[in-house]
Amino acid sequence: MPRRSETAAPDKGMVMLKIEGLTAEVEGKQILKGIDLEVPAGEIHAIMGPNGSGKSTLSYVLSGREGYEITGGAVTFNGVDLLAMEPEERAAAGLFLAFQYPVELPGVGNALFLRTALNAVRKARGEPELDAMQFLKVARERLKALHISEDMLKRGVNVGFSGGEKKRNEVLQMALLAPKLAILDETDSGLDIDALKIVSEGVNALRAPGFSALVITHYQRLLDYIVPDKVHVLMGGRIVQTGGPELAKQLEESGYASVQAAA
Amino acid sequence: MPAVTETIDTVQSVTEGTYKWGFETDIEMEFAPKGLSEDIVRFISKKKNEPEWLLAWRLKAFAMWQKMEEPRWPAVTYPPIDYQDAYYYAAPVQKVKPKSLDEVDPELLRTYAKLGIPLKEQAILAGVEGAGESPADSGRMPIAVDAVFDSVSVATTFKARLEQEGIIFCAISEAVQTHPELVRQYLGTVVPQGDNFYAALNSAVFTDGSFVYIPKGVRCPMELSTYFRINAKSTGQFERTLIIAEEGSTVSYLEGCTAPMRDENQLHAAVVELVALDDATIKYSTVQNWYPGDAEGRGGIYNFVTKRAHCRGKRSKVSWTQVETGSAITWKYPSCVLLGDDSVGEFYSVAITNNRQQADTGTKMIHVGKRTTSTIVSKGISAGRGQNTYRGLVRVAPTASSARNFTQCDSLLIGDQCGAHTVPYIENRCMTAKVEHEATTSRIAEDQLFYCRQRGLSEEDAVGLIVNGFCREVLKELPMEFAVEAQKLLQISLEGSVG
Repeated sequence: MPRRSETAAPDKGMVMLKIEGLTAEVEGKQILKGIDLEVPAGEIHAIMGPNGSGKSTLSYVLSGREGYEITGGAVTFNGVDLLAMEPEERAAAGLFLAFQYPVELPGVGNALFLRTALNAVRKARGEPELDAMQFLKVARERLKALHISEDMLKRGVNVGFSGGEKKRNEVLQMALLAPKLAILDETDSGLDIDALKIVSEGVNALRAPGFSALVITHYQRLLDYIVPDKVHVLMGGRIVQTGGPELAKQLEESGYASVQAAA
Repeated sequence: MPAVTETIDTVQSVTEGTYKWGFETDIEMEFAPKGLSEDIVRFISKKKNEPEWLLAWRLKAFAMWQKMEEPRWPAVTYPPIDYQDAYYYAAPVQKVKPKSLDEVDPELLRTYAKLGIPLKEQAILAGVEGAGESPADSGRMPIAVDAVFDSVSVATTFKARLEQEGIIFCAISEAVQTHPELVRQYLGTVVPQGDNFYAALNSAVFTDGSFVYIPKGVRCPMELSTYFRINAKSTGQFERTLIIAEEGSTVSYLEGCTAPMRDENQLHAAVVELVALDDATIKYSTVQNWYPGDAEGRGGIYNFVTKRAHCRGKRSKVSWTQVETGSAITWKYPSCVLLGDDSVGEFYSVAITNNRQQADTGTKMIHVGKRTTSTIVSKGISAGRGQNTYRGLVRVAPTASSARNFTQCDSLLIGDQCGAHTVPYIENRCMTAKVEHEATTSRIAEDQLFYCRQRGLSEEDAVGLIVNGFCREVLKELPMEFAVEAQKLLQISLEGSVG
C-alpha cells in the first residue's frame, strides 16, 4: 500500500491526538494539572468526570478559545503542533467541537452559515467551494440521514431553537464538515431520549478508520448509544483512571467518590 | 447568499484596508472664486443661465442663511467651519454640452469606470442612442444613471427610453431650462429655503443634482440612479434632488457617493425633496460612502444633508433606505410628512461608525392624515472610537386618527471605545394613534466569534457574517445590486475593528 500523504486520513491505530503533560489556567487559576492522553485514529474515547473537573476547559483548550492560558505541555494533532494554530486553522485541519451551549447568531441564516463554514474549510483544504445549489443537495442528504427537518436550514443560526434542536444542529454541522476529530462537550446535557438517539446516530455514522471522537460527558447514559473504545476519568485537572466501557457503568453505580478514594 | 461569499472575497482582496475610491481625477476644472457672497450666488445663477425667479429664490435663501447659525444639538464635534474658505462652484471644463456619452471627457468616464458604476458598461454606452436600451439586451434590469461630478451633472443615460414613458430624468439645471414650470411649482415646497442652516446654504448655492418626474399612472421601467462624486480640492458639493411622482406612479431611485482621500475636511450639504401624490410610491435608496477620514480622524467629508418627503396623496408611500458607511460626520434625517389619508412612510437605516467617525442620523415621521402608518428600522454599528446616535421624531397630529408607528432601534458595539446613543422623540396628540418603540444594544460577543472560528471562518469573516445578520432587515429592502455593494461596504468599513 502506498504511503499516505500528511493530509490524508491516518491509518487506524496511528495516534491522531496526543496530549502530553498539558497544564492550563483560567484567570490565574490552574484548571488542567498535567493531562496525558492518546487517541488513536478510528477510536472513540469518553472523558467522564464530575463538575469542575476541567472537562470543558480541556475542550476549549484543544479548540483554541481565547482566555485559556496554556502553561505547559504539548498537543499534537496528526503529528502537527495543535496549540500553535488559530481556531479556524484547527477547524480546517479537521477538528470539530460540538458546543455544550451552541451560540445564537441573530439574522444569520442557518443555510448561509453552514455553507460559509463548509466552504471556508473546503477552501483551506484546497477543495473546490460549493455553490448554493450544490450545497443544498449535500445538506439535504445529511438532513435526511439524521432525520432532521429541512426547516432547520431556513432559520437563524440556533435562534429560537430548543435545547434538542441546538444539539441536532451541532450534529448536522459535524456531519457536513466531516471532521477527523470530533470533541463532543456534554452534548447529551438537556437532551430527551429521542434527541439523544439522533445525536448518537450522527456520531456513529461517522465511525471510520480515519475518524476519532472525544466524548465528554457527565453521565453514562450517552455511552449506551455511543460505545467508547476507552473511558478516562478526569478529576481535579488530571486523568485519574482509564479503562474500557465497563468503567463507565462502574462509575454509574458507585459514583465518582469511589474513584477519588482509590486515586 | 452569493453576496456574503463575495463580501468575504472582497475583504480578502482589500489587503491594504484603505479607502479604495480615494483617487483623484486630473481634469481641467473651472472654479468660481473662493468664498461665499451674494456675488457668488449671482455668478452660479448666471453660469447656469437661470431665470430671474430662481436667482431671486437663491438670494432670499442666502439672506436667510446669513442670519442663521449652525445647529449645535447634534451629538457630533468638529472644529468651526470657515465657509469663506471653500469653492462653491467647480465644474469640468466643457466647450459644448455633450449630447451623448461619446462626447464626455474620457477621463471622466474612466473615473466612473473605476468607481464601478454602470456608466462604464458598453451596452449602456451604446444605449445613449438605442442599442442596449431594452432590458432584454443586457439580460438584467438596466439602471439609468445621472452622474454628478463636483458641481455639475456630466451624463444621464437611457434618456430616450425614459422619454417614451413620459418620464423626465435629467440634471436639475437642465430641468430649470426645459421644464421651468414643474421646477418652479415644486422646488422648496418640501424643504423651504429657511428650513435649517444647511438647507438655506444649499438653496443659495446648489449647483446641480437630479430631477425626476414620473407622469400619472406610469411605473418607471428601470431603477434611476444618481452617482455623486466630489473630486476637486476645497470644494463643497451642494446638490439638490427633486422627485415628483404623479398619481398612481411608481419609481425606485438609487443614490451613491464617493470622494477622494484628502487630509482636509470637505463639505457636502445636499437637499432632497420628494413629492408623492395619490397612490404614488417612491423608493429612495442610498449607499453613502464618502471618504470617512483616516484612522486618526484627519480629513473626511462633513455630510450635512436634508432629505424629506411629502406623501401628499391618499395611499401614497415613500420608503427611505440608507446604508451610511462613509463621511467623517453624518447629520441626516430622511423624513416623511404623511399628509394624505392612508399614506405610508418607511425608514430603513444602517449606519456604521469606525475609527473616529461620528454619525447623528435618524428620521422624522409626521402623521397628519388619517390611518397613516410609519415604520422605522434603524441599525447602528459602532467600532473603533466611532460615535453613533439615532435621533428620531414620531409626531402624530390630532387629525391623524388611527395612525400607527412602529420603531425599532438596534445598536451593535464592536470594541470598548465606541459609543451608541438612541434619542427617540415621540409626540402623540391623537387618542386613537398607536406608537411602538423597541430598542436594543448588543455587543459582538466573544462566544459568537469563537463559534464561527471553530467552524472555520476567519475572525473578519465572522464579524462580517454577524454584522450582515444584524443588518439583514434593512439590507433586504435594498435593490439587489445595491444590496451586494452594501454588504461589501459593511465589511470593508469594519476592517481592523477586531483583534
